[in-house]
Amino acid sequence: MAATGAQEQQALAAAARPLLQVRDLTLEYRSESRIVRATHEVSFDVLSGDRFVLLGASGCGKSSLLKSVAGFLPPRSGEVLLDGRPVTEPGPDRVVVFQEFDQLPPWKRVLDNVAFGLIASRQCGSDEARERAAQALATVGLAQAADAYPHQLSGGMKQRVAIARALVMRPRVLLMDEPFAALDALTRRSLQEELLRLWQELRFTLLFVTHSIEEALLVGNRILLLSPHPGRVRAELDAQAFGFGSAGSAAFQAQQQRIHRLLFEL
Amino acid sequence: MSYVHPRPEFERELPPLPAPSVEAPLHAARRLWQRDGVRQVVVLVLIAAAWELAARWAGNDLLLPGFLQAAQAWWSDLRNGELLARTGVSLSLLLQGYALGTALALTLSALAVATRPGRDVLVTLTSLFNPLPAIALLPLALLWFGLGQGSLVFVLVHAVLWPLALSTLSGFQGVPETLRMAGRNYGLRGLRYVLLILVPAALPAILSGLRIGWAFAWRTLIAAELFFGASSGRGGLGWYIFQSRNELLTDRVFAGLATVVLIGWLVERCVFDTVERLTVRRWGMQR
Repeated sequence: MAATGAQEQQALAAAARPLLQVRDLTLEYRSESRIVRATHEVSFDVLSGDRFVLLGASGCGKSSLLKSVAGFLPPRSGEVLLDGRPVTEPGPDRVVVFQEFDQLPPWKRVLDNVAFGLIASRQCGSDEARERAAQALATVGLAQAADAYPHQLSGGMKQRVAIARALVMRPRVLLMDEPFAALDALTRRSLQEELLRLWQELRFTLLFVTHSIEEALLVGNRILLLSPHPGRVRAELDAQAFGFGSAGSAAFQAQQQRIHRLLFEL
Repeated sequence: MSYVHPRPEFERELPPLPAPSVEAPLHAARRLWQRDGVRQVVVLVLIAAAWELAARWAGNDLLLPGFLQAAQAWWSDLRNGELLARTGVSLSLLLQGYALGTALALTLSALAVATRPGRDVLVTLTSLFNPLPAIALLPLALLWFGLGQGSLVFVLVHAVLWPLALSTLSGFQGVPETLRMAGRNYGLRGLRYVLLILVPAALPAILSGLRIGWAFAWRTLIAAELFFGASSGRGGLGWYIFQSRNELLTDRVFAGLATVVLIGWLVERCVFDTVERLTVRRWGMQR
C-alpha cells in the first residue's frame, strides 16, 4: 500500500514537473586568449506544449543557451534537466533546426534527408523511416519535392525540410535557432504561420530563439527576455494572447513597446 | 511649386498566360561544336598533322618517326598483345599501390580528425614527405625490398598517401559546423559519424585528392619502371619504352609514350569524371 502511494506520488511529481528545467546556467566560451561569458546564472522552465521563446539582442547568449540545451555546449556551472535528468550530450530527443541552410546533408535526397535522423539514431528500420518521412514531408507541404536534392530547393523549402526532419523524430523538445532569420520577409511570414499550424496539429514542445520582437510575440506563448554581455534574465512575459489575428492591434503594439523598453532601456 | 499629375490606383485580374512558344532548336553542326570533346579532337588532329609534317621534313626515322609510323607501331604491338600485356603489368602494380595508399591515407586522416595527436602526426608527416618526389625513395626501397614488386609498391604508396591524406584532412576540416552538429544531434559518434557525415561531406576534397594521387602514382610508376622493370622478365610500360629505345625502335618509343598518355587520360575522363558527375556534381557540392 505504501509502495503504491510512493509510486503515485512519483507519478504526480513527474506530471507537475516542467519538461525542461534550466537551473542557474552559466556558459562560457574559451577563445585563444580569453574566456568569454555567454550567459550568467540563467534559469527558466519550459512546460510540455509550450512555445517558449528566448529573445534578446545579439550577444545575449540565447543561441548558446539553445546549444547547451541541445547538449553541444557543457555548462560552466548550473544544469539543464530534461524530464528531471541532466543533459550531457546531444541526442535525438532534442532535435535542433538551425538557421543555416547547410544543416541538410547535400548528398541525400529530400526524403532520405528526413528519414536520415530516424535511421542514424536507430529508431526504426529504413522502410518505416521512409514511410514516416513521406508523411512528415506531406505535413509541411513538400511531398512533391521528395526526390529533389537540397541544392535544388529554395531557402524556404530547405527550412521546411529541416522542420520536417526534426518533427519526424518526435523529439521531447524541438529546438529552433533563429530558423527563419535567413529568409525573405514574405517567406518568413508564411513559415511562421506554418509553424503555428503544425503546433496546433501536433502540440509539440518548442524552444525558439529569435532577435525579432514581432516574431517572438507571434510564435511564442511565453517569452524570456535576456540582457546582453553576458546574458541574464531580464523578464519573462506571457504572449498567449498574441497571434496573427492580433498582429498590429493596440495591445500587440503596447506589448512590443514594453519589450523594446525592457531590452534597450536598462 | 511642385506639380504632380494625379495617378489613379488600379487592380488587375490576371488572365492565364498563353502557351510558351517553342524555342527554335540549335543547328546540328553548331550544337556539335559546343561540345568540348569535339573541339579537343580537332586540336589533336592538328597536332598530329604538324608532327607528321615535321617528321617528313626532318626525314630521320631514328630521331623523329612520323605520326603515321608511330601509329602503325602502336597498332601492331596492340594487335600482337605486347602492349596489352605491358599495360596489364603496370596497371596491376599501380592498383596494388593505389589501394594500399588510399586505405592508409583515409585511416590516417580519420585518426587525425578524431584526435589531436593524430593530427599532429599527420601534419608533420605530410610536411616531411609531400615535397619529396616518391621516385627519390626508389634507391632506398631497392635496398630494403630488393629488385621486385615490393619496392615499386612501396614507392607507389608514398606517391598516393601524402597528397591524398592532405586533401582528405582539409576536406574533413572544411565540413560546416552546422552539418557536424546536425550529425551529432542524431546521436552519431565515432566511426559512424566519420562514415555517414564527414566522408560524404568531404567527398569533393577526397575525390580531388584521389585524382592527384592517381596522377602522381602513374608518373612515379612509369619513372620507376624506366629505372628497372625486368623483374622476373615481366616489365611494364616504362620498361617497354626503355627497351625500345635500347633497340633504337623509336616508333615503338612513341607508341609506348602514347599508351601512357592514353591510359592517364582514360582514367581521368572515364573513371574520375564519371564518379564526380554521379556524386558531388549531382549533389550540387561542386560545379
